[in-house]
Amino acid sequence: MTRLAAALAAALLLAAPLAAWAAGNAYLLALGTRAAVFALAAVSLQFVVGFAGLVSLGHAAFLGIGAYALLMLGGAGLDETLVSLPVAVLAGALFAWPTGWVALRTRGVTFLMITLAFGQMAYFVAEALADYGGDDGMPLDRAPPLAGTALLAQPVAFHLFVLLLLAAAIAAARLLGASRFGRVLRAARQDAGRVAALGFDVTRVRLIAYVAAGAAGALAGWLLAVTTGFVSPALLDWRVAGQLLVMVILGGVAAPEGAAAGAVGLVLAEEALSAASEHGRIALGALLLGAALLRLRLRAPAR
Amino acid sequence: MSDILAAAGLTKAFGGLPVTRNVSLAVRAGEIHALIGPNGAGKSSLIGQLAGTLTPDAGRVTLDGAEVTHLPPHLRARRGLARTFQVSALIGGLSALENVALAVQARAPRPLAPFRRAAGDAALEQPALAALAAVGLAERAAAPAEVLAHGERRALEIACALALQPRCVLLDEPLAGMGHAEGRAIVGLLGGLKGRFAMLLVEHDMEAVFALADRVSVLVEGRLIATGPPEAVRADPAVRAAYLGEAG
Ligand SMILES: Nc1ncnc2c1ncn2[C@@H]1O[C@H](COP(=O)(O)OP(=O)(O)OP(=O)(O)O)[C@@H](O)[C@H]1O
Ligand SMILES: [Mg+2]
Repeated sequence: MTRLAAALAAALLLAAPLAAWAAGNAYLLALGTRAAVFALAAVSLQFVVGFAGLVSLGHAAFLGIGAYALLMLGGAGLDETLVSLPVAVLAGALFAWPTGWVALRTRGVTFLMITLAFGQMAYFVAEALADYGGDDGMPLDRAPPLAGTALLAQPVAFHLFVLLLLAAAIAAARLLGASRFGRVLRAARQDAGRVAALGFDVTRVRLIAYVAAGAAGALAGWLLAVTTGFVSPALLDWRVAGQLLVMVILGGVAAPEGAAAGAVGLVLAEEALSAASEHGRIALGALLLGAALLRLRLRAPAR
Repeated sequence: MSDILAAAGLTKAFGGLPVTRNVSLAVRAGEIHALIGPNGAGKSSLIGQLAGTLTPDAGRVTLDGAEVTHLPPHLRARRGLARTFQVSALIGGLSALENVALAVQARAPRPLAPFRRAAGDAALEQPALAALAAVGLAERAAAPAEVLAHGERRALEIACALALQPRCVLLDEPLAGMGHAEGRAIVGLLGGLKGRFAMLLVEHDMEAVFALADRVSVLVEGRLIATGPPEAVRADPAVRAAYLGEAG
C-alpha cells in the first residue's frame, strides 16, 4: 500500500516536467516542484514522528529558518547555493538543538505543546524582522546561483534538483532507520524505560534525531523559498506544521517514502479540489477523514 | 565478600505514602539475594531506586563502591547493573534474537552507528544467539517477541540481561504469572547462572526463593524487618508474624 502510493507519487513528480510541456502549462511543473519540496519536509518530520514517536507541531519553524536563511544571505550577496544551502541546514540544526533539548524533557501532548510554542516563537521573530518585510515578507532577488551558474533559475533543472535531494533524503532516512541508531530510536518509541535499562541514553538519541530532522526541514525551507521566490512568516504558521503532520499521518507514519507520498497526495488533492469548487476545502476534509479511517482499517488486523 | 550493590538509609514517599523507610541492603558478589514481602510492600519501588528510575528522598546507592544515587538508569546499566521488569518489557516488532541483539549492541563498540545496518549484523547476532541458547530459547530466535508464550518472554528478558554481561541483575518477580512447570524451568535457569553475576531476586514464590537464595531480606510496609540466611529468616518470629505466617 505504502509502496504503491510511493511509486505513484514518484511517477507523478518525475512526469511533472513532461506534463507541463505537453499541456503547455508551466504551472503544472511549479505544482510538481512544490509537491516535491513538501514531500522532503514531510520526510524530515516523519523521522521524528514515525521513527522517534515524537509528535511535533513545530516543524514549520524549520521551513521558515531555511527560507529566511536564504533571504538574509541573498541580501548580503551570499545566496550562492553552495554557501546558503549548507548555512540554512546548519541554522535548522542550531535551532533544533536547544529547543529539542528542552522539548525532550517532556512527552506526548506536552511535547506537542512545547514544540508548538517554539514554532510560534520563531513565527513572531520572523514577523518582527522589519528589514525583511515584517509580516508581509519579501521576494527573493533571484534564484540562487549554483556554483556560479544560473542553473536553478531554469524550472526543469530546479525541479530535478529538488527530486535529487528528495531521493537522497528518503535514502538517508531509510538507512538511518535501519541502522543501529535507528533500531535504538524505534525501540525507545515502544518502551523507553527498557531501552534505558540496556544502557542507552534515550534523550540523547532522540535529540540527535530531532536535530537531523530540523536540519532536513530547513533544507526543505530553502527549497520552498526558491520554489515560490518569496519568503514570509506564513511559512512558519502552525497550520503549516499541522499540514506537515497530516501529510506524514496520511502516508502511514512508518516509512519516509510513505510520508513523501502523503505530501504529494495532499498538495495535489488540495490543488485539484480548491480549483474545482468553493466547497473544495470541505471535500478535502472529508477526503482526509476517509483516508484516516482507511488507514485505521488497514492497520487494525496487523496488530 | 565485597558488596556489588548497596543501599544505605534509602527513604522514599509517594505524596504522603511512605514506600521505602530507611532501607539498607547489600548484594554481594556472586550471591543471589532474595527480597520478599507482601504485595505493596515496596519491593518494586526499591528496585526502581536501585536501578535509577526512581529518585530516593534520602539515602545513598553505591555500585561497586561508587555512589550512583543520582545517576540515571542508562549510566548505571553501563556500569554493569542490569534488570528485568515485573511487567515484561520487550520490543514488539523485533524478533527474540533482535531483542537480545539490542542488548548486545548496548555493549558493542559504536552502539549508535548511524549507517550500520542492525538487522543481520553478525557482530550483534552471534553473541545474542549464545545468550538465547543459554536460556533455552535458541529455536525461538526468529519468533517475534509478541508471539512468545509468557514463560518464553520471561526467559527472553533474562537473556537480554545476560547479554549485557552484567555484574549484578535486579530481577523483579521473574516467575510472576507462570505455571508451576514454567516456573521450575526459570528456577533451574537462574540456578545455573548463579555465580556469573550477583542477583537481587524479588519473588513471591517461596519454593523458588528457598531453592535459590543465599540470603533473604524481608520488606514489610517499606521497612526491612530481617536479613539473613534462608533458614534463619524462615525461623525469625517477626517474619513469621508479619509475612510467612499469613501465607500459612
Ligand atoms: N508511582 C507511584 N505513585 C504512587 N504510588 C505508588 C507508585 N508506585 C507504587 N506506588 C505505591 O507504593 C506502594 C508500593 O508499591 P510497589 O510496587 O513498590 O510494591 P511491591 O512490593 O512491588 O508490590 P507487588 O508485590 O504487588 O509487586 C504501593 O502501595 C503502590 O500502590
Ligand atoms: Mg512489585
